[in-house]
Amino acid sequence: MKYVDEFRDRHLARQLAAAIAAEVDPEREYRLMEFCGGHTHAIFRYGIQQLMPPNLRFVHGPGCPVCVLPMTRLDQAIAMTREHGVTLCTYGDLMRVPASGRRTLLKAKAAGADVRMIYSTQDVLRIARDEPERQVVFMAIGFETTTPPTAVAILQARAEGLKNLSFLCNHVLTPPALRAILSLAGPEGVRLDGILGPSHVSTVIGTRPYEFVPNQFGIPVVIAGFEPLDVMQSALMLVRQINDGRREVENQYSRAVGEGGNARALELMARVFVTRPSFEWRGLGFLPESAPALAEDYADLDAERRFPVTVETSREIKGCECPAILRGLKEPTECKLFGAVCTPDNPMGACMVSSEGACAAYWSHRTHMPSSGLNR
Amino acid sequence: MCLAIPARVTHVTRIDPAIDTAVVDLGGVSREVSIALVPEVEVGDYVLVHVGYALNRISEEEAQETLKLMAEMTRLLDEEMGNADVVAKPA
Ligand code: SF4
Repeated sequence: MKYVDEFRDRHLARQLAAAIAAEVDPEREYRLMEFCGGHTHAIFRYGIQQLMPPNLRFVHGPGCPVCVLPMTRLDQAIAMTREHGVTLCTYGDLMRVPASGRRTLLKAKAAGADVRMIYSTQDVLRIARDEPERQVVFMAIGFETTTPPTAVAILQARAEGLKNLSFLCNHVLTPPALRAILSLAGPEGVRLDGILGPSHVSTVIGTRPYEFVPNQFGIPVVIAGFEPLDVMQSALMLVRQINDGRREVENQYSRAVGEGGNARALELMARVFVTRPSFEWRGLGFLPESAPALAEDYADLDAERRFPVTVETSREIKGCECPAILRGLKEPTECKLFGAVCTPDNPMGACMVSSEGACAAYWSHRTHMPSSGLNR
Repeated sequence: MCLAIPARVTHVTRIDPAIDTAVVDLGGVSREVSIALVPEVEVGDYVLVHVGYALNRISEEEAQETLKLMAEMTRLLDEEMGNADVVAKPA
């Protein structure tokens, strides 16, 4: 497939690995955090860590919107189906994420709630149009990548005057989360030498929003594509920056990312969303200015206002180390539940649910040989 | 969750920028996607598709540039190694 196969070439991968090995300083450690779960998945799938010299380590970040969704928000969605009988639509990734008391949306559905898995916000609009007698709630989730499609649906719902569609907004923003991780100092913090920036997020917001990382924290960033060669080239670019003492935002994924992002997407988002003063993230707690909510002009489409519910503050499953893993402080194998009690078929925490979660990535690729997925 | 896949635009239907759609070829499978976020796309363009939306256009020149840079990054190494070998050989 074009723009995929060229970036999975085994020969070039070996050469890039050799270039990295030749350029790393054996006297120092290179700890590179991949913020995004898509990178975590690629690193495992293609055995990229095994191709790296031992003093270059990938540290997994919190970048999976499903993994960082606090249980309370799921409890809230389930309560809406129970107390208000709404039809709840959401992306498939969310169906098996554990809520309080080991409930999930899938279990709520089995128990009679009208929960539907959708692929696109266009499906949600269709359901609302086709079933005017139902109150349809879209549980919106995702980083800046998935937010513009929600904005389009909100504007379309308004333009069509759909009275039975509303939005439970769980979108979150990547720069404040990165700032929170870099601000964690001392024993609670994680030492990082470079960041692989989320690239599909940057197709929307551009590269500029990450400039605070080198400017305020003195750490280089490379916006990195998701194919294995993209990840490896980005690692090499970071190694070179670190060796040269440079601290910049560089863009490896220039085929899809520009400095300013997608102006139209940004404009649509600005029209329907405002930033919440604070929002809770699993593993990171309440972060200021870290999530969009519907603007006052669209308050009538806000499911939180239309279907109020009260839920108790939820507690994570005892022993689940997701919060520490999401901060880059622990590896999945350091969790006592990993593999024994917690597997993708029976997930205890969110990091095991989504294939982009660090625990799921460790679990699915634990037996793979290095670089097994690369083209010959 | 945030993964997007490159796909080639094979057909564009324009009615109103907010609801315009395109048909894309996703590795042999045809799929209709919204182009509300990239109204300027044309047949033959490659776009990144995510949750039923074309998120952005992919630039052919930039892709070639990246591949060229990769080759260069590794060729310099080949040359250095080659030179190192030559130097290391006893006279
Ligand atoms: S292995 Fe399971 S229980 Fe342990 S941290 Fe990962 S998701 Fe949580």
